[in-house]
Amino acid sequence: MSADAAKVKLELTAKHFASDQDPRWCPGCGDYSILAQVKKVLAKIEAKRENTVFVSGIGCSSRFPYYVGTYGFHGIHGRALAIAVGIKVAQPELSVWVVTGDGDGLSIGGNHLLHTIRRNPDINILLFNNRIYGLTKGQYSPTSPLGKKTKSTPMGSVDFPLHPLSVAIGAEATFVARSIDVNVKHLAYVLERAARHKGASFVEIYQNCNIFNDLAFEYATAKTTKDETTIYLEHGRPLVFGKDRNKGIRLDGMDPEIVELGDGITEDDLLFHNEKQEEPSLAYLLSRMRHPDFPEPMGVFRCVERPVYEDLVMDQINEASRQQPGRLEDLFDEGETWIVE
Amino acid sequence: MVVSTRLNGAQPRCVEVISLGETTVRFAGDSGDGMQLAGTQMTTTSAIFGNDVSTLPDFPAEIRAPAGTLAGVSGFQLHFGSHRLRTPGDRVNALVAMNPAALSANLSDLEPGGVLIVNEDAFTKMDLSRAGYSADPLENRSLDGYQLFRVPMGKLTAEACKDTGLTGRAVGRCKNFFALGLVYWLYDRPLAPTLRWIEQKFGSKPVVADANIKTLKAGYHFGETTELFTVRYEVAPAKVPPGKYRRVSGNEALAIGLITAAQRAGKPLFYGSYPITPASDILHFLAKHKNFDVRTFQAEDEIAAMTATIGAAFAGAFAVTGTSGPGMALKSEAIGLAVMTELPMVIVNVQRAGPSTGLPTKTEQADLLQAIWGRNGENPVCVLAAATPADCFDMAIEAFRIAIGFMTPVVLLADGYLANGAEPWRIPDMDSLPRLDVKHPGPVEGFKPYQRNDKLVRPWALPGTPGLEHRVGGLESRDITGEVCYEPENHEHMCRIRRRKIDNIAEAIPPLEINGDDSGELLVIGWGSTYGAITSAVERCRKKGMSVSSAHLRYLDPMQKNVGDVLRRFCRVLVPELNLGQLAYRLRAEYLVDATGFHKIQGKPFTISEIEAEIAKRLNK
Ligand code: SF4
Repeated sequence: MSADAAKVKLELTAKHFASDQDPRWCPGCGDYSILAQVKKVLAKIEAKRENTVFVSGIGCSSRFPYYVGTYGFHGIHGRALAIAVGIKVAQPELSVWVVTGDGDGLSIGGNHLLHTIRRNPDINILLFNNRIYGLTKGQYSPTSPLGKKTKSTPMGSVDFPLHPLSVAIGAEATFVARSIDVNVKHLAYVLERAARHKGASFVEIYQNCNIFNDLAFEYATAKTTKDETTIYLEHGRPLVFGKDRNKGIRLDGMDPEIVELGDGITEDDLLFHNEKQEEPSLAYLLSRMRHPDFPEPMGVFRCVERPVYEDLVMDQINEASRQQPGRLEDLFDEGETWIVE
Repeated sequence: MVVSTRLNGAQPRCVEVISLGETTVRFAGDSGDGMQLAGTQMTTTSAIFGNDVSTLPDFPAEIRAPAGTLAGVSGFQLHFGSHRLRTPGDRVNALVAMNPAALSANLSDLEPGGVLIVNEDAFTKMDLSRAGYSADPLENRSLDGYQLFRVPMGKLTAEACKDTGLTGRAVGRCKNFFALGLVYWLYDRPLAPTLRWIEQKFGSKPVVADANIKTLKAGYHFGETTELFTVRYEVAPAKVPPGKYRRVSGNEALAIGLITAAQRAGKPLFYGSYPITPASDILHFLAKHKNFDVRTFQAEDEIAAMTATIGAAFAGAFAVTGTSGPGMALKSEAIGLAVMTELPMVIVNVQRAGPSTGLPTKTEQADLLQAIWGRNGENPVCVLAAATPADCFDMAIEAFRIAIGFMTPVVLLADGYLANGAEPWRIPDMDSLPRLDVKHPGPVEGFKPYQRNDKLVRPWALPGTPGLEHRVGGLESRDITGEVCYEPENHEHMCRIRRRKIDNIAEAIPPLEINGDDSGELLVIGWGSTYGAITSAVERCRKKGMSVSSAHLRYLDPMQKNVGDVLRRFCRVLVPELNLGQLAYRLRAEYLVDATGFHKIQGKPFTISEIEAEIAKRLNK
């Protein structure tokens, strides 16, 4: 098959994952691009519609399940992850995706995010971060920067923001990654990696809300600035960035610093990325590299193996059943019984 | 008619034997004194002996209250008799008090002239002052109104353990067996069941087993040989239906019922729960029975427990969440999601005294209206309530039968009194158990998730089935197709359909039965754990010739079709409840009858005599 034919096939099969509903996001919303990439990835990994479930909470991003032709569950605010865990425990073989946002996943549903990540069920968590409440029409969110002026913060936010990846790494997520809605190739790459990871995959996607927080990520997407403000992670490779790829990240003790290559500094002096490092400190350090002080890392921060929750649950059930198959007669007779004649 | 072994028939000296139809004994001591163990042993022994039994433990709210204080008193009450019993007993006829605090906390429940056995070794100056006594009640004649027996249990236990090799504090921990042995003598109970139990329990620790056996026997022989006791009692076996029996608490019966329902349907049982008193024992029981494909999920909070249960139901498991009132409050938004998505599941509320944290270890029935109406929007669910500890088994199965038959969440109400109270349970035949047939649609063209059958029930389509891919959620759906729909007429249509579907359940449940005459002056109607006290009180009043009957509601929403008819056949309706009148409010609103309440909210169940007195008052007797 020619490359073109393959592309056509991929696009056809991506359509296979469309539902009969037309997306109703605002024109120009970053969610459209994410939806397109997710459908493409589903086609690429040859997902089965009947074995795939999309789960969401409340918010603009949470309309997602209605637009995918798989099984879908549109939950209540913040609770998508708990719903997903219930699905996964009941039917471990299903492929479960959770779509959430910065408000849904980090504010009202923050507790579930921590606990789902630590349990490590094999689900894919996509957090669309637009740093604003869109559906409720423009209040600041847990990821809005300090001083952000919104409808509920006319004098600027006095809340220090939360950083999704730092939170996920703090809870020792086994897969942590970041991408941007408009960088479709990279987004598809990250989504595919997340889908193929066995365990809880956490992906933060910078998503532009052109209505209430337009251009929030312009620094990371604009042609003129993006090479200086982002850095693309590759496993086993040094952290190099810049339009001329002449800058890098070096460790000064425990602190990252930006250095220029040349003048005695070579790539060998730079920090080398290791997504497989069990110890999460390096990934955490990367998650703390933030605009405007540092270029923001994109890609897979961390990808390690750990037993997954539903397997452990089923192992115990199988072991208990092996030791003593469950018979109701035995259950009724537990403890002391007596006969009345 | 009862198989039992009575080792100890002979009377060695002249003691009067008094026959009792029923009696109530309470063991009370420090939470470390092993009173629950003594109480359950006496219960099993009495049940094996052939008595009907009903029990209630009384735990301190604090886990490790300082020893010897009132806050640390733990009690266990046992009512046993030669006829059908339905409650753990109104008045205590015999009290065993292991220390001054136990005496102080329990004396008011002992009947005047009742048997009072105290461990006099624990009445030291320090223990007396910890319990708030300024003078020793054993010395100041304040206990003259009771049959006081002072027994140096500490010393006698140490004596009994002398040659066993057990030393130090471990000896002190045998004291409960001394008290138990003495009570066994007093009520002419066989020792064999407890001896068997000790051997099984401490098989790997022969020294401990030996010491407990010797102490138990020493207590028994103390009663037999000392001149202290001139009377002992006998309680003949009861006439109970033949069969195999065991003891169950309400929480055990409920958990067994859930497993049974799932097994009869060939389904995994999912139980999502956050630890909360008094429901946690259901989680513990289920977690021990994973060999029945029980998938327990101790969630991070009540909301996660509820929403994970919804997810599990969506994916086809028999899904249950269990909690108490405060957890119910947290789950209410998610219960609405379960109503909107029309998925089958069971929500257990083991009620406790509220509001807020309230009295966590004490019982109450004040969550009825919360269960029926405590959610935003028009939000109907089916609400059931169990009446006795053993009834929790049947109602758990019934809850699932309705949940899958009508694709609806079902709230099952129990309470702390049912949860911890225990009674004999006749083990059912496998053939008598209902079969729960679940139908899931197979692959079809043009599947519609809200296409309803004649009972308005939608199909339970499972992820994993090709061709049935569909989306459900908390936004209003268009009927039949299930797509999001904001149209005003559709919303009203859906609200009415969801309500009518619940009302349709009334067609699938048995009618309300009346205990006593079909009509008369007074109907006493209740729900939940007041069953025993109401039924017994009404029986007593009928024996005295009063025109009174009773009825007990297990279905609170919808109610049985004949409830209005039953209510109208009586001149007056009395509704005893452990709340301030929630069922009475519902009956008045629904049936326009002048039902009046009788309320108690002390964290304690009704006694039979309280209801008896109220009936007499209402009938001007
Ligand atoms: S409000 Fe913002 S996030 Fe929501 S759909 Fe519109 S553009 Fe997208």
